[in-house]
Amino acid sequence: MPSVTMTVNGKQVSGDVEGRTLLSTFIRENLDLTGTHIGCDTSQCGACVVHVDGRSIKSCTLLAVQAEGADVVTIEGLADGEELHPMQEAFRDCHGLQCGFCTPGMVMSAVDLLNVNPDPSDHEIREWLEGNICRCTGYHNIVKAVKQAAQTMRGQAAAAE
Amino acid sequence: MHDFQYHKPSSVADAVAALGSGEDATLVAGGMTLIPTLKQRLAAPSDLVDLSGVADLVGVRDKGDHVEIGAMTTHAAVAASPDVPGCLAELAGNIGDAQVRNRGTIGGSVANNDPTACYPSACLALNATIVTNSREIAADDYFTGMFETALEEGEIITAIRFPKPEAGKYMKFENPASRYALVGVFVAKTGGQVRVAVTGAGQDGVFRATDIESALSSNFSPDAVDSSTIDVDGLNGDIHASAEYRQHLIGVMAKRAVAACA
Amino acid sequence: MSETGIGASVKRKEDKRFLTGQGNYLHDIERPNQSYAYILRSPMAHAKINGIDTAAAAAAPGVLAVFTGADTAELGGIPCGWGVNNKDGSPMAEPKHPMLAEGKVRHVGDQVAVVIAETYEQAKDAAELIDVDYEELPAVVDMVKAISGDGPLVHDEAADNLCYDWELGDEAEVNQAFDGAAHVVSIDVTNNRLVPNAMEPRAAIGEYDKATGEYTLYTTSQNPHVIRLLMGAFVLGLPEHKLRVVAPDVGGGFGSKIYHYAEEAIVTWAAPKVGRPIKWVAERTESFMSDAHGRDHITHADLALDAEGKFLGLKVYTKANMGAYLSTFSTCVPTYLHSTLLAGVYTTPKIYSEVKAIFTNTVPVDAYRGAGRPEATYLLERLVSKAAWELGIDQVEIRRKNFIPKDAFPYQTPVALQYDSGDYDATLDKALELADYAGFPARKAEAAQRGKLRGIGFSTYVEACGIAPSAVVGSLGARAGLFESANVRVHPTGSVSIFTGSHSHGQGHETTFAQLVSETLGIPLDNIDIVHGDTNKVAFGMGTYGSRSLAVGGEAIMKALGKVTDKAKKIAAHIMEASEADIEFKDGKFTVAGTDKEMAFGEIALAAYVPHNFPHDQLEPGLEEQAFYDPMNFTYPGGCHICEVEVDPDTGVVEVVGMTAVDDVGRVINPMIVEGQIHGGLAQGIGQALLEACVYDEDGQLVTGSYMDYCMPRADDLPDFKAATTETLCAHNSLGVKGCGEVGAIGSPPSVINAVLDALRDRGVSDIAMPATPQAVWKALKAAETPMAAE
Repeated sequence: MPSVTMTVNGKQVSGDVEGRTLLSTFIRENLDLTGTHIGCDTSQCGACVVHVDGRSIKSCTLLAVQAEGADVVTIEGLADGEELHPMQEAFRDCHGLQCGFCTPGMVMSAVDLLNVNPDPSDHEIREWLEGNICRCTGYHNIVKAVKQAAQTMRGQAAAAE
Repeated sequence: MHDFQYHKPSSVADAVAALGSGEDATLVAGGMTLIPTLKQRLAAPSDLVDLSGVADLVGVRDKGDHVEIGAMTTHAAVAASPDVPGCLAELAGNIGDAQVRNRGTIGGSVANNDPTACYPSACLALNATIVTNSREIAADDYFTGMFETALEEGEIITAIRFPKPEAGKYMKFENPASRYALVGVFVAKTGGQVRVAVTGAGQDGVFRATDIESALSSNFSPDAVDSSTIDVDGLNGDIHASAEYRQHLIGVMAKRAVAACA
Repeated sequence: MSETGIGASVKRKEDKRFLTGQGNYLHDIERPNQSYAYILRSPMAHAKINGIDTAAAAAAPGVLAVFTGADTAELGGIPCGWGVNNKDGSPMAEPKHPMLAEGKVRHVGDQVAVVIAETYEQAKDAAELIDVDYEELPAVVDMVKAISGDGPLVHDEAADNLCYDWELGDEAEVNQAFDGAAHVVSIDVTNNRLVPNAMEPRAAIGEYDKATGEYTLYTTSQNPHVIRLLMGAFVLGLPEHKLRVVAPDVGGGFGSKIYHYAEEAIVTWAAPKVGRPIKWVAERTESFMSDAHGRDHITHADLALDAEGKFLGLKVYTKANMGAYLSTFSTCVPTYLHSTLLAGVYTTPKIYSEVKAIFTNTVPVDAYRGAGRPEATYLLERLVSKAAWELGIDQVEIRRKNFIPKDAFPYQTPVALQYDSGDYDATLDKALELADYAGFPARKAEAAQRGKLRGIGFSTYVEACGIAPSAVVGSLGARAGLFESANVRVHPTGSVSIFTGSHSHGQGHETTFAQLVSETLGIPLDNIDIVHGDTNKVAFGMGTYGSRSLAVGGEAIMKALGKVTDKAKKIAAHIMEASEADIEFKDGKFTVAGTDKEMAFGEIALAAYVPHNFPHDQLEPGLEEQAFYDPMNFTYPGGCHICEVEVDPDTGVVEVVGMTAVDDVGRVINPMIVEGQIHGGLAQGIGQALLEACVYDEDGQLVTGSYMDYCMPRADDLPDFKAATTETLCAHNSLGVKGCGEVGAIGSPPSVINAVLDALRDRGVSDIAMPATPQAVWKALKAAETPMAAE
């Protein structure tokens, strides 16, 4: 059985896995980080999105062994202790979630968007979120939340300079 | 999915060796098509040879009159590269979704030759050269049918070379459900020559729309597309689009691509 | 208004756990020594099973047990909760729905065997070794063919595949109304089959405690008590007091998680047999072929009008697809949730409705967000718009002319319901303003310059929800009551736990219900917990569906809170040595009228549990009250949806460029949550109108079996919404609330299709089916521009 070692939410972890073990399975079952969700089997819903080496990916479409040595961040690693990440805060403020199932992937995907585009238009937000399906919100408040988070984070970045 | 032996070679030579070691070994590049296929148990390879450890397969290199893109370069990297012709970068930036673009690679897409993938149309329209560990293959000779290519056993794509066009544009009409190309038309003018490639529509995969090419060669304008014909025979029909609708969309997308080139 | 009480957009209490990955969904639950189940499903739509060889699977690595229909045949079938009678009074056909197929499979996805193993992958690997000897039979998918008399029979005991042939109203009497009509407008519509697709796939864990003889089922359910009753009493024959059902955080339902499913019974039944907890989690592909689907009606309707455009009579003939088996609520959807809504918001005096429910070799069909009411609204609003176009009357005018006037409530419709309140002109007026109807011609002209066809479409509708009065549903065939329970437990330190039979799976009950408590008891939200989803904690519950949580569950809480404040007043009177009649309770304080004596709610709570000097013959210690609430009537939210679209005539692509929804949902407790519910409904309505279709081929294979082919609405398919509310209060509950969960999905689809038709009318297109996909629009345009040819 191959073993893998990677950094997850800042901590080095390792475990024995099968070749076929998905990264999402490793995260959920070996590490008990169950915030990463599985909503489909065709890599489309995006509930399983995490960051690998700083970019968003669908953890159900990556083998655990492929993440050997990678730096992985899951929804559990986004907040700074008790303080929510601005994206999490904005989702709460704008009612960007209902049942919460797609939310972790949605938030992780949206954070990646702001990494590559700090000031996205509504259109750019909607296009970017193509890989994240939400059945509850109709996306209206998600788009609003991403815009609000973008504004907050630009403000924080400016203040830091 | 069924279990397999996993290999992560650090050179092309090691990858070739690993491919030969298993009874039914297969390569994985970004895995954006392969892993879902394995999950559905539609394939059950004995060995999986992961190319992501081969560092020299990654990167975009400006070679003057053409650009060379390493096979393991992701769609996101191609989209963001200033060295890639705009029409090609734009195509890469609209493949799949953001997460697919962060993992999926040009080499994987071209090797797979999915009939609804975007890159094969770029290869044909831009007259690309597919570079492998053993030879160079002209795009015209490379795509041999749906999910079929000229690649031989143990042959690995290392890079794709794209000549730089004077003008080019890819217009995609997406399948509303899967977001793959229902019809994608790449129009390019390179060295005075017009080439038009169509993906998503053909029963045999990507193809050149030669009638549109000749119409555009004498008159590079949207109206010229109207005077050309696209044969409905050989086009796909499914619940999302009949062959007739695809035939119609090829014309519309071609016109829009030409208009955008102007 | 207090910051945490009724009317405040309080941020949701549940959000932090969902946003930090701390939600507790069924997939996240690991029971000690848990094993895993994989369900082998039929690849065929219709086949005889001549034999099943499980020997190789049973011997495969990690396998604990393999079961087939032979093992479960003595158990009950999955029951249907609603009996419907035929026109002649005879009962509907109700064939057994076995847990595991018994001799025959009837749809792709029908469960054939279960493999239980140490790991999920082992169970799945072993299932590949099961050899099922199928003898394929011809399948029937099309409803018309199914009842034609020469189609294959899904069940031998249902002749012509007919489940029932039911009617409401007197056809001859309605025909008389048609005799005097100046115009008759007719329409044929299909309400497309949908797959609910809650983002969390269904899952279940069955567990048995040998020491106590107790079973526990963890399941993704909207109504755990209902599952306990159906599965315990009808399928497995387990004593109710030895069966606990837990529905933890549930990732969306939209109706699909109301019903009792075979997998729940399988894991519960098998748990003692393997001596381990058994977990089953659906893959999305399984969801497509095993979650109850929605809609799937074919309807012909005729509307009679006088010369001025007043509606005189309506006749509606519907065929409703039941699928291969009767799901829990399936039979009431096309009858009591559909035909009773056919008056809509109009004064149509005579209405007749006939419904034929039909078995086919497809997944069972049941309620999906709106259930019956979207189907009624769709055909009615399509018909009204068609009448306006045919008669040359303005779309707004024809509606206003036929509205039930606001001073006519309570209004008895000819189809059994009595509407209690509403003001349809008010919602229409506000929607016209928000949508800038006056500016539409200019927008249309501007779009035309860009080569786009712009259209605007209307839907003015009402729905019956807050389901519902037990007396009414019982008279209509429901085999259960539809009340709700609540328990208010005041702890000694003044914090409060509310136990509710409603279940939250996205609706935000933990917040909205807490606002009711905060408002009533004057205590902060942080001191209030809403407990739901566990039959061992909550006394009883009928669950969450039909926009009933607030109107029924919320009212039960209010009733229990009333009992708590009554008791608290008695305690306050005793302690402050005053007459109970002089005790006033406001803003969390008990005061004695005409004095400066006061006690805070928390002090009374503590006193209740420290009853040192209580007169025990008059005053019990403790402060906890239970209430059951059964409403007097349904509630009737309604509204006006206006959709604006642009069509690209070259490709057929429809873009929704404006979606305005003004809904009267009664009193609004949390405007932010209400707006969110409406947004979600609109997305599902637009999805139905433009994107989503569940397609079977003629052999019964599910063509749209994954997100590769079933088109889910994505962020870039939808516009920003303009959602607003007007308010007429529900006349028969204390809060005046009506319900908001379904309005978006009920009202919007006809507004979208009417907008598409408005855009295409100039090109000669007069009809288009849902979903109006690019291909469908292109074909309609092409057919309209080709003169009627010989073909």
